Amino acid sequence: MSTTAPAPSPGTKADERLLKTSPLRKFMGRPELGSVVGAIAVFVFFAIFADSFVRAGSLSTVLYASSTIGIMAVPVALLMIGGEFDLSAGVMVTSSALISSMFSYQMTANVWVGVFVSLLVTLAIGVFNGVMLTRTDPPSFIITLGTFLMLTGMNLGFTKLISGTVSTKSISDMEGFSSAKDVFASTLTIGGVDFKITILWWLALVAIATWILLRTRVGNWIYAVGGGEEAARAVGVPVDKTKIGLYMGVAFGAWISGQHLLFSFDVVQSGEGVGNELIYIIAAVIGGCLITGGYGSAVGAAVGALIFGMVSKGIVFAEWNPDWFKFFLGVMLLLATLLNHWVRKRAEATK
Amino acid sequence: MARTRTWVSIALAGALGVSLAGCSSTGGKRAEDARKAAAAQGRAAVNTPKWTFAMITHAGEGDTFWDIVQSGAKQAAVKDNINFLYSHSGEAQQQAQLVDAAVDKQVDGIIVTLAKPDAMKAAVARAEKAGIPVITVNSGSEESKAFGALTHIGQDETVAGEAVGDELNKRGRKKALCVLHEQGNVGHEQRCAGIKNTFHGTVQNLYVQGTSMPDVQASIGAKLQADTSIDSVVTLGAPFADTAVKAKQDAGSKAEIDTFDLNEKVAGELKSGTLGFAVDQQPYLQGYEAVDLLWLYKYNDDVLGGGKPVLTGPQIITKDQAGALLEYTKRGTR
Repeated sequence: MSTTAPAPSPGTKADERLLKTSPLRKFMGRPELGSVVGAIAVFVFFAIFADSFVRAGSLSTVLYASSTIGIMAVPVALLMIGGEFDLSAGVMVTSSALISSMFSYQMTANVWVGVFVSLLVTLAIGVFNGVMLTRTDPPSFIITLGTFLMLTGMNLGFTKLISGTVSTKSISDMEGFSSAKDVFASTLTIGGVDFKITILWWLALVAIATWILLRTRVGNWIYAVGGGEEAARAVGVPVDKTKIGLYMGVAFGAWISGQHLLFSFDVVQSGEGVGNELIYIIAAVIGGCLITGGYGSAVGAAVGALIFGMVSKGIVFAEWNPDWFKFFLGVMLLLATLLNHWVRKRAEATK
Repeated sequence: MARTRTWVSIALAGALGVSLAGCSSTGGKRAEDARKAAAAQGRAAVNTPKWTFAMITHAGEGDTFWDIVQSGAKQAAVKDNINFLYSHSGEAQQQAQLVDAAVDKQVDGIIVTLAKPDAMKAAVARAEKAGIPVITVNSGSEESKAFGALTHIGQDETVAGEAVGDELNKRGRKKALCVLHEQGNVGHEQRCAGIKNTFHGTVQNLYVQGTSMPDVQASIGAKLQADTSIDSVVTLGAPFADTAVKAKQDAGSKAEIDTFDLNEKVAGELKSGTLGFAVDQQPYLQGYEAVDLLWLYKYNDDVLGGGKPVLTGPQIITKDQAGALLEYTKRGTR
């Protein structure tokens, strides 16, 4: 008895992974769908209730507010897709600005030297977070909580020690300040409306992060690491390297944000940035990132930041009582996550 | 289901019964309403157009001091027929964005605090470019003029600190503790530095976490236990004075507690002699005058101060004046 393998008869179903899906169906399955719907809803809402909201100048202010959150929300979202947290992200921004400013001032160096040193030190903080996480047992929540407290203390302690006050000294009269200001904190006038350059930085980061996630091997690693660390390790994904890299990504974002703070305000307050890490996480979650990892997108985080910017400034344009701001924020966060959850369930059901 | 409903109705009936039977003849809402009736009533006293003024401060959330500033501003807004908007953020960047938002709204006047002057520079310049008059309040007396504001209303923190130093000398104190409840606040640093300038004894700075009262109490208590020669504690905010009193009792210290700013509790404790003195900068006046001066500028091109800051303090308040002020602090205007 010899059997031959039956030839595939024409008309049988091809492999389901090779099926062509319509673009609409594809979009329905994207993580950022819920946040896009939410963003449109928030925009329409404020356009109706705040008559000054839809002016070009107002929208530029909203975009600026969104970009200052978004620059951090994108790398934080990548980290969350990789299944980890970084609670030190908020104060790291302040640290980065302080290092840059004080190094330039104390060394009487061209400010670009300080900017470069700040990049190295901030990345080192990111590496510290990543190495501590991969080499030791505690979860990232605890490890970065420790980093957060240490940085908060060091921001104040070092600033007092070096400058003698709680804020840095002005570096606006030093060489290289104006060119650095052009890069990190300039204003572009397009069609009579002023746009801050952070909006460009933000869009660039979204583009790079999206390309990494969807078009590179590293992107697959990030999803794999967040989806299941042990399984990822078993199939040969470099788990530790990926996680350290993600923390360095957050540090890089903190460096950009910190330099923007420094060059737009020229003097840095040492006590700021505390609490912002949660805002970045909120933006990522509104944008469809799962808190458990393995799911989310950079575009979603950017839209989450946009929603955050629209609400925080929209409440001002609508002349509402700011006492209720946090309440609205909480309601929005819940609605956005419920919407995300519902959309994802629908998308999975129609596959 | 039916059972729960029975329980709920029993509970409701019980609560209603207790609240009817147990009336308090002192304090509470009724006393407050009586006070409100005695406070200024709201109706516009002028017929100028309804201008919109926005006030943007560096306050955190739920801050007593800024509540009093607001009530002054709102009272002046009612009188001057003004639509008054208030917003605040403790983060410099956020505060600058809020000023931007006010400029976008094309308001008729902006009131802003310059606790972080460098961060506000560009936003204030943008307001002036748009032709919106700006008045600075509370903090930033040095920068106000350079930024092109009409005038500055507030107290010079260094001068206020020096007044405290003088008062401590008068009281024959030797070793003072200056309690800073906001790390990174330049005005607070200036206050403690001002005390150092005039005080003949020694001054130590103690940083505490102002967002957590138990922490404040524990830190002050530990310090008083560690150094029993401290004979006066100066807190930089009214809510912290009462906490310092508790810490002093825990530590069994003999130090006199003095404070910046007023509230109901401080006025009561001044009256009873629990506190030594308070140095007030009259926040109500800062809010009221800011709105009123903007109105005067819009209406009559008037500017007050002759290019110098208009000072609302320091005013040293001791046991003698505390009685009269107690009623006003309860009303939320002092």
